[in-house]
Amino acid sequence: MRLIELVGLTKRYGAKVAVDDLTVTIRPGVVTGFLGPNGAGKSTTMRLVLGLDRPTSGTARVNGREYVGLGAPLREVGALLEARSLHAGRTARNHLRVLAATHGIGPSRVDELLEFVGLTEVANKRVGAFSLGMGQRLGVAAALLGDPSVLLLDEPANGLDPEGMRWIRHLLSRLAAEGRTVFVSSHVMSEMQQIAEHLVVIGRGRLIADCPVDEFVARGTGFKVRVRSPRLAQLVALLVDAGAVVEEERDAAEVSGLTAEEIGELAAGEQIVLHELAPVGASLEEAFMQLTSDAVEYHGMDRP
Amino acid sequence: MTVVESETARQPSQGLGRRVTFPRVVRAEWIRFRSLRSTWITLAVTVVFVIGLGALFTAARAAHWPPRDPGELVTFDPTRTSLGGTFLAQLAVGVLGVLVVTGEYATGMIRATFTAVPRRLSVLSARSLVFAVVTVLVLVPSCVLAFVLGQHFLSPKHIQTDFSAPGVTRAVIGAGLYLVAVGLLGVALGWLLRHTAGAIAVLVSLLLIIPILVHFLPDPWPDRISKWLPGEAGQALWAVRPDPNTLAPWAGFGVLMAYVAAGLIAAAFLLHRRDV
Repeated sequence: MRLIELVGLTKRYGAKVAVDDLTVTIRPGVVTGFLGPNGAGKSTTMRLVLGLDRPTSGTARVNGREYVGLGAPLREVGALLEARSLHAGRTARNHLRVLAATHGIGPSRVDELLEFVGLTEVANKRVGAFSLGMGQRLGVAAALLGDPSVLLLDEPANGLDPEGMRWIRHLLSRLAAEGRTVFVSSHVMSEMQQIAEHLVVIGRGRLIADCPVDEFVARGTGFKVRVRSPRLAQLVALLVDAGAVVEEERDAAEVSGLTAEEIGELAAGEQIVLHELAPVGASLEEAFMQLTSDAVEYHGMDRP
Repeated sequence: MTVVESETARQPSQGLGRRVTFPRVVRAEWIRFRSLRSTWITLAVTVVFVIGLGALFTAARAAHWPPRDPGELVTFDPTRTSLGGTFLAQLAVGVLGVLVVTGEYATGMIRATFTAVPRRLSVLSARSLVFAVVTVLVLVPSCVLAFVLGQHFLSPKHIQTDFSAPGVTRAVIGAGLYLVAVGLLGVALGWLLRHTAGAIAVLVSLLLIIPILVHFLPDPWPDRISKWLPGEAGQALWAVRPDPNTLAPWAGFGVLMAYVAAGLIAAAFLLHRRDV
């Protein structure tokens, strides 16, 4: 078993509900994106899975067991938390050695991972001086220490430059291809489209969608792609034919109902030059406002 | 970046470790303790206070001997004078105890710690154990050195003492154990309060402020209460002359250790219940 199972998972902080009756199973072999606007409960869910927070009700199980009951957690689950989880005064190598020692993982594995994430040259530097991107790489190394079958990464793209983004994208898809369960959160739809095949979407702690990325996009949840082209009119006609809804501006158009990849391929098929092809992230937040405001109204009626 | 192509993430299980066990957590805690420069600096400051101030007090006493006040001829205690630095050193070691815990909460390291070892009580026990062993090994010899150096400074005036005198060995070793206990009190307060400033404030209040406040109470309450306070109780262990207002040496130290144990048990209880 290499999966994460959440059953009726609920976490309240006082009157505030952070995670609300979340039931979902994250499966191995594909990268599963965990999508939601800031404050949707993604980080709380991750903390619940890792046993850092206690659920108010419901359960979170990894490989069939609660995290706290795992005998060798780092060998089963690797985690990269959004908030920095390292002591600024320690060197990168010593940070990993501390964690490795708890499982009897040797120093050679630590050096191997430092090499793997490209931090060998700064291994003896204190991590307080690290950039956000270097901190993320160190976090990835820590997550991989025990060669785990399940990976949990909270906003791994945070602070990464484009090269770092490419690196993490390749790494995650390879880890998934090896048969691992890879669960990655983000609040940016365009990032998820690049990284994930499957999506778990939450808003205000509630499950909104659990489906392949393509299906979520096709549902027309307000996700748009901005295009510019010297032959815009011809392109728009082509896209409308393909089933897209297009809002034209002076020299650009916002397309919903098609992914950036599909638009690019359609344009290439007709040899139309594109000057811009950009997923518009902001619209995702709008979609959430829409989706979650329904949930809140429903909630209100539910109360006595 | 070409590292992606390497097969490093997936290796045969050699060197990949096995289950989390208490000895492994202790080993991790030792690496954790020794791999911070600030830990060693704080410990060095503690040692400098013990030895440096002991030397200063004894040298100054010898230079001004005999005292102007004849009463001091009777009350002068060469052991206590050479261990006077302990009063300041207790704050340094207490702060060190606080920091080994709150430093993790302040930086977020605590999340990585409890992700690797979800059984939080074994982290608390292992950390307390490593702290106690290191501080015993460093601070008991420091107190011995402070004593030996102090007696050396007092010897020209022939007012020194030595380990064969009654109660002296117990007092010298006891000063070191007292410092270890205060450090552990800091560890417990660190777990309980999780914030550096708050934990240090409570520690200073317990050791220095409350004993002063108690003296504002009408007689006989100051004498009744004082000896039960953690600092006053523990200091009985390194008094050579019996004082009718304090507890017996080991009984007093037992009271201090009871405070430490109560703090750690409360911390363990809360650690088990609270979210990280």
